[in-house]
Amino acid sequence: MHTLTLNGAAHDVAPGSRLIDLIAEVTTRSLNTDGTPEDGGRLGVAVAVDATVVPRSQWHATELTDGQNVEIITAMQGG
Amino acid sequence: MHPAPTPTPTRPASDPITIDGVTLGSRLIMGTGGISSLTVLEEALLASGTDLTTVAMRRYSPEMGNSLFTLLERNDIRILPNTAGCYTARDALLTAELGREALETDWVKLEVIADEQTLLPDAVELVDATETLANKGFKVFAYTSDDPVVAARLEDVGATAVMPLGAPIGTGLGILNPHNIELITSRAQVPVVLDAGLGTASEAALAMELGCDAVLLASAVTRAQDPVAMAHAMRLAVQAGRLAAGAGRIPVRRHALASSPVDGLIDAVTQQEAAEVPRGDWPQMSRS
Repeated sequence: MHTLTLNGAAHDVAPGSRLIDLIAEVTTRSLNTDGTPEDGGRLGVAVAVDATVVPRSQWHATELTDGQNVEIITAMQGG
Repeated sequence: MHPAPTPTPTRPASDPITIDGVTLGSRLIMGTGGISSLTVLEEALLASGTDLTTVAMRRYSPEMGNSLFTLLERNDIRILPNTAGCYTARDALLTAELGREALETDWVKLEVIADEQTLLPDAVELVDATETLANKGFKVFAYTSDDPVVAARLEDVGATAVMPLGAPIGTGLGILNPHNIELITSRAQVPVVLDAGLGTASEAALAMELGCDAVLLASAVTRAQDPVAMAHAMRLAVQAGRLAAGAGRIPVRRHALASSPVDGLIDAVTQQEAAEVPRGDWPQMSRS
C-alpha cells in the first residue's frame, strides 16, 4: 500500500492507483477519463498535489505515490 | 412572502451591471458565510435577487459534499470564489488557481488580510497579488481598504473591480468614511463595489448614492434575526440608492425653501404673517 496525506489525514491507496480513482472514491461520483462526472453534471472540486494544482484533464494520467500530500477542495460558505 | 419590487413606470427597478463582459441583473453581490442552515441561505439568496455570490475554497468533506456548489448552480447564481484566509500573494495565487479549476471561472475575490483580529487588507501584499493574478489571466475583484490611493494602484496593476470596505468585516459599523468612498468612485475607471462592514439597508443605499456600482455583503443578511427579510431589504436599498444616485439630488441648504407658492395667500394669513416677519432674521449660512 501507498500512504499519502489526504486533506490532512493519512490515507492508504493501492499501488498503481491514479488520482482520478481517489477523487471518484472521495466524491462518490463516477468520472470519465477527462475528469468530468459520468452523470453529466459538474463536480465542483479542484485538486492540489504537493501544493500544485493538477488540472482535471491530468487526473487520469497522474499516478499516486507514497508520501504525497493531496488536497481536494470545493466551495464552502464564506464572505 | 417577499414580493419582487415594483418598477416605476419609466425606470426599471434595477439596471444591470456589466463586468468583464458578463451582465449581472442585480447590483447586490452576496456572501454565503455566517449562516448554519443551507435552506435559509437559499431563501435569503433568492430574496436578495443576487446574480453573483462569493464562496470560500476549503477541503472537501464527505458530510457537506458539494452542496453549496449545487445550491448556487441550480439557482443559476454565478460563483465568485474568494481567497479568504490568505496572508500572502503566494497563498492567494494557489487558492485562486484551485477556485478557477473547481468552479470553472477566472473571476476571483482577492482577499489578502493582515491579521485575524482586524481582517483588514494588507495593502502591500494585495497590490502585489493583484498584479500577479491579473498577469495570469484572473479577473481580480480586489477587496481593499477605503484608501483612494490604494484603490487607484489596484486599478493600475489590472484589477477588474475594486472593492473598498465600508468598515471591518462583520462589524456592521456601516460606511465609516463616506468621503473616501466618494473619492474612490469619482475617479475609478473600473467598477467599484462597496464590500464589508454594512449592518442595515440604509447603509447599502448610501453606498450606491456615493457612486458605488454594486454592494457586496454577507453578515448583514446571514447574521440578521430574519435573514430573508433583511436580504429583501438590501435588494430594495441597492435599487433605491442606485436610482437616487442618478436622480440628481437637491443641494443641501441651511435655511428652509418653501415648496408651496408664496403668491395667492389669503388675506387673513398675509396680515398675520406681516406681523411676524421680524422673527425671521437668521444669519446667512451656506454650504458650497
